[in-house]
Amino acid sequence: MNDLASPVPLLSIRSIKKCFGDQVVLSDANLVVHRGQVVTVLGRSGTGKSVLLKCLAGIETPDGGSIWFDGKELTDRDAQARAEFRRRCSYLFQSNALLDSLTALENVALPLEQTTALSEVEVMKRSLEALRQLELDNFADRYPSQMSGGMQKRLALARAIVTRPELVLFDEPTAGLDPQRRNAVFSMIVKYQRQFGFTAVIVTHDVAEVLVISDHVALLDAGTMRFEGKPEAFAKSDDPVVIDFRDSPAALRQQIEGLRQEPHFSEPVVTS
Amino acid sequence: MVRALGHSTISLIHSLGEFALFTLQSLGETWRCRKLGRRVLRALFEQGVRCLPVILIVGAFTGLVLGLQGYHVLNRFGSESLLGALVSLSLVRELGPVLAALMLVGQAGSALAAELGIQRNSEQIAALETMGVNSRGYLVTPRLLAALLAYPMQTALFVSVGLWGGWLSGSLMLGLEAGVYWSSVERAVEPADVRECMIKAGVFGLLTIAVCCYCGFNAHRNRAATGARAVSASTTRAVVLSCILVLAADYVITSFLM
Repeated sequence: MNDLASPVPLLSIRSIKKCFGDQVVLSDANLVVHRGQVVTVLGRSGTGKSVLLKCLAGIETPDGGSIWFDGKELTDRDAQARAEFRRRCSYLFQSNALLDSLTALENVALPLEQTTALSEVEVMKRSLEALRQLELDNFADRYPSQMSGGMQKRLALARAIVTRPELVLFDEPTAGLDPQRRNAVFSMIVKYQRQFGFTAVIVTHDVAEVLVISDHVALLDAGTMRFEGKPEAFAKSDDPVVIDFRDSPAALRQQIEGLRQEPHFSEPVVTS
Repeated sequence: MVRALGHSTISLIHSLGEFALFTLQSLGETWRCRKLGRRVLRALFEQGVRCLPVILIVGAFTGLVLGLQGYHVLNRFGSESLLGALVSLSLVRELGPVLAALMLVGQAGSALAAELGIQRNSEQIAALETMGVNSRGYLVTPRLLAALLAYPMQTALFVSVGLWGGWLSGSLMLGLEAGVYWSSVERAVEPADVRECMIKAGVFGLLTIAVCCYCGFNAHRNRAATGARAVSASTTRAVVLSCILVLAADYVITSFLM
């Protein structure tokens, strides 16, 4: 699936900078994404992962650096390149951002209806097909508020893939989900990534799952990419920041064990 | 103090310019919007059908009060026969467009500002933009076009119901001949009055819905509040600004048309 042989990466982020007032969120972020890859950007909360994705999607304007898509630089001046990028890219918001006044079918049909010249029949056919692929065809007339969190996530993915994008950006797709649902969302992403062949850029904190599903991993820290490489290399890296992030559950376990060995530490008493 | 005054003035001019651009660009999207008709119909339902009860109730009571007050005042001078003229001219020239617009701001405008504020807050507007959908063309343009149709229609209804209210209190309750009332209405109202009424209704509709859309659309830019508070602040601002604008525009239009 990966097209690493292609000389031009699908997406290239070069020295992106972004500040909010005096707060520097991204100081020198770089990332290269090749076609067909699943690329994951890891990082602690507040390190600017979502800001990076929003800069890519054009929701935020970077203060410096450049973004290249399929060999063309995306700038505010070049509206055509930006429009082309939007046509070929989809963004899955952390909050799903479904239009709550529209039904599931209307939500999925919206991008086709508004941005393509397809006939109404074709729009409905493709929208229903996307709903069917995500096992939501029985809920076409439901409003997002009448659906569960997992169904809303699938609906947002159906809306993201209905335009057959080449690149899908996932902003913390598993935030607030329990482990089972988290696994279900990641396996859903991989399943549809293989089925439709899009390139995926995922922003998350879930290290264990990421090492299984990604082709390429990047760790964002203090506004720059601290690590970039294969998941295997990430698992073996001896960079202290990578270790701190990767092994944080083990470190917590060690801290708790250490506390237990201290003389004044007592186990909490459970009363019924 | 001078610096603060200068800063406020520049900020006001900046906001006015931005508002004007927002409205003109949204109207300009009319030719580029896809499936616009369906969304205009939906907006017409929101601004028209849903606001119908309040327009009918307020219109009827305005006419009833005008008939009652007018009859007793004119009775002092033995001019009850002019009651129809008093009720109709008051309604057609001033009260109809102004009160109907204020009712529509309270019912449709506030709901619209809150809806857009929530859509901004929950990233629905950002989602439209990332999909390549022109968010202003999709959300604002149909509402502005619907306002240009709904406000004049609602005003015409308000005036009609008000005239019947005047007849109810003046003729049915106080004993003025119905023929005297209606012939006075017919003689008093001229085509120029109706034209003035419709111009006012159209301008008020465009202004108030544009203000409500602008405030809701930019709810995230409120520096004093975030989240739900930003939505409530933008809704309040939309309603207050719209009411002030209706009265100010009424004065300007009246002074030009008189």
